[in-house]
Amino acid sequence: MKKNNALLLSTPYLLWMVAFTLIPLGVVAYYALTDPATGAFTLNNLKSLNLYWGVLWQSILYSLVSSLVCLVLGYPVAYYIAHRGRVAQKMLYMLVMLPMCMSFLLRTLAWVGLLQDTGIINNLLAALGLPRLHLIRTPGAVILGMVYNYLPYMILPLYATIVKIDPRLIQAAEDLGCNSLQVFSKVVLPLSVPGILSGTTMVFVPAVSTFYISQKLGGTDTVLIGDVIERQFKQGNNPNLGAALSLVLMILVFVCTGIMNRFGADEEGGVIA
Amino acid sequence: MKRTNRILTVLIFIFLYIPMAVLIVASFNTGKDITHFDGFTLKQYARLFQDRALLKLLGNSLIISVLASFLATVFGTVASLGLHNLSPKMRSAAMTLTNIPMTNPDIVTGVSLSLLFVFVGSKLLGQRNSLTFWTLLIAHITFNLPYVILNVMPKLAQTDRSLTDAALDLGCTHTQAFFKVTIHEILPGIVSGAIMAFTMSLDDFVISYFVTGLDFITLPVEIYSYTKKPLQPKIYAMFTLLFLLIMVLMVSMNLLQLWSDRKRTTARAKK
Repeated sequence: MKKNNALLLSTPYLLWMVAFTLIPLGVVAYYALTDPATGAFTLNNLKSLNLYWGVLWQSILYSLVSSLVCLVLGYPVAYYIAHRGRVAQKMLYMLVMLPMCMSFLLRTLAWVGLLQDTGIINNLLAALGLPRLHLIRTPGAVILGMVYNYLPYMILPLYATIVKIDPRLIQAAEDLGCNSLQVFSKVVLPLSVPGILSGTTMVFVPAVSTFYISQKLGGTDTVLIGDVIERQFKQGNNPNLGAALSLVLMILVFVCTGIMNRFGADEEGGVIA
Repeated sequence: MKRTNRILTVLIFIFLYIPMAVLIVASFNTGKDITHFDGFTLKQYARLFQDRALLKLLGNSLIISVLASFLATVFGTVASLGLHNLSPKMRSAAMTLTNIPMTNPDIVTGVSLSLLFVFVGSKLLGQRNSLTFWTLLIAHITFNLPYVILNVMPKLAQTDRSLTDAALDLGCTHTQAFFKVTIHEILPGIVSGAIMAFTMSLDDFVISYFVTGLDFITLPVEIYSYTKKPLQPKIYAMFTLLFLLIMVLMVSMNLLQLWSDRKRTTARAKK
C-alpha cells in the first residue's frame, strides 16, 4: 500500500525530470553527431572541437583563479559571520544573499561604468592627480567580474559549515596547548573542508560557463567557452557545433564535481547552502 | 587576528555593494551617463511608470516566476512525499536525477532544452515557431523543481513518523493526515523552497535567453538586448525599486523567523 503510494506520487516527477533533463541531453548528443545541413551522422563537429581547446583551457584557468580568490576572500568573511550573535548572523547572511537576488546583468554593467577608461575609478584617480589605469577588457577585469558575481556562492556554504563546528572542539584544542594558529590549521580548517569543496564547485561551475561577464568586461583575447557556445546558437547559426561544445563543457563539469564529491562533499548540504 | 578579520569583512561588503550603489545613484541622475553625476532628479521614476512596454516586460517576468514557482512547489512537494517513501536505492537514483539541473551549467540546461523544444516542435510536430510561453514555463518549472525537492526532503526526514501513524489510527485518511499533520512540520521547507524558486525564476537570464521565443520575452532577456543599444536610465530606477522591495521582503522574513523562534523558546521554557 505504502509502496504503491510512493510510486504513484513520485512517478510523474521522475517522468518530468527524464523528459526535461535526461532526454534534452540526449538531443544535445544527437545534434553534436549530425551534420547541420543534411542531418546525416557525422564526426565533423567533434573534429572541429580541436580549434577550441585553447578557449576551453583559458576558461578553466580563469574560473580556477576566481574560485581560489573567492575562497581566500570568502573564508574570513564566513568565519566572521559564523562567530556573531544570532541576530547579527541572520542579518549578515541576508546581506550576503541580497546581491544574488538582484539582476546580475545590471550589476555587471555597473562594473563597466566603474572600470571604463573614462569610468568612475579613473575619474577618481584623475581627480587625485594620479595616472589613469587601463582596467577594462583585461583578463583581470574578467576575473574581477567572476569573483564579484560568485563570491556569495562561496561565502554561504562556508558559513553553513563553519557555524556547525562544535565550539567544545576548539576549547579542547586550546586546553591541550594549541595556539590560535594551530587551532585553526588542526581543527577549524579540516572541519570546514565540506564547505570549501561545495563553495568551490558553486563558484567554478557558473564561472567556467559564463558568457556575459567576458562579453562585457573582457576583450578579444579573453573569449571563454560560454562565449563560443552562445555565438554558435545566437549568431553563428551552427547549433550542431554549439551542441558539441556544450557536451564538452558538461563532461568537464561532471568530472570536476565528481572529483569534488570524491573528496567528501556531503550529498544534501553540498548543493544547497 | 580578530580585528583584521572584521576589517576584511567590512571591505568585502563594500565590494559587494559598490556596483549596486552606482546603479542606485545613477537612478537619480539628470544625465544619461552612469559614470558622471550631473544633478539630482526623480524624473527617471516618472518615466519608468509611463513606459508601458517596460512595465509589460516586468509583468511577464512576474507571471513566469509566480506561475513556475507555484507549480514547482506543489508538484515538488507531492513528489517529495513519494520520494521519501521509496526504497533507498530508488531514492538515491531519483536524487541523482534531481541534481542534474543543479550541477549542469545554466548554459547547458538552456541549450539542451531549446534543442529539445526545437527538435520536437519543428521536426516532429511541424510547427514554425516552437519556442513559446509554454516552453519557457516548462523550462522554469524544470529548474525550479530541484530547489523545492532539496528543501522539502530534509524536512520530511526530520518529521516524526509516529505523529502521522497516530493520525491514521484516529481515523484520518492519508490525505487528511497530510493536511492535518505532515504539512505543518514541513512547511518551513516548502516556504523556503518556494522563495528560492521564485527568486531564481525572476532573475534567470541564461536559461530563458536560450528558451525564449519572440512572442514572450522576460525582463532580463530584454535588458541583455538593451546592452547592445545604450541603456536607458529608467532601468536604474527599476533596479532601485526592486532592490528596496527585495530588501523589505528579506528583512521582514528574517524578523518573522526570529519572532517565531523566540515564541517557540519561551513556550518551551514555560513547560
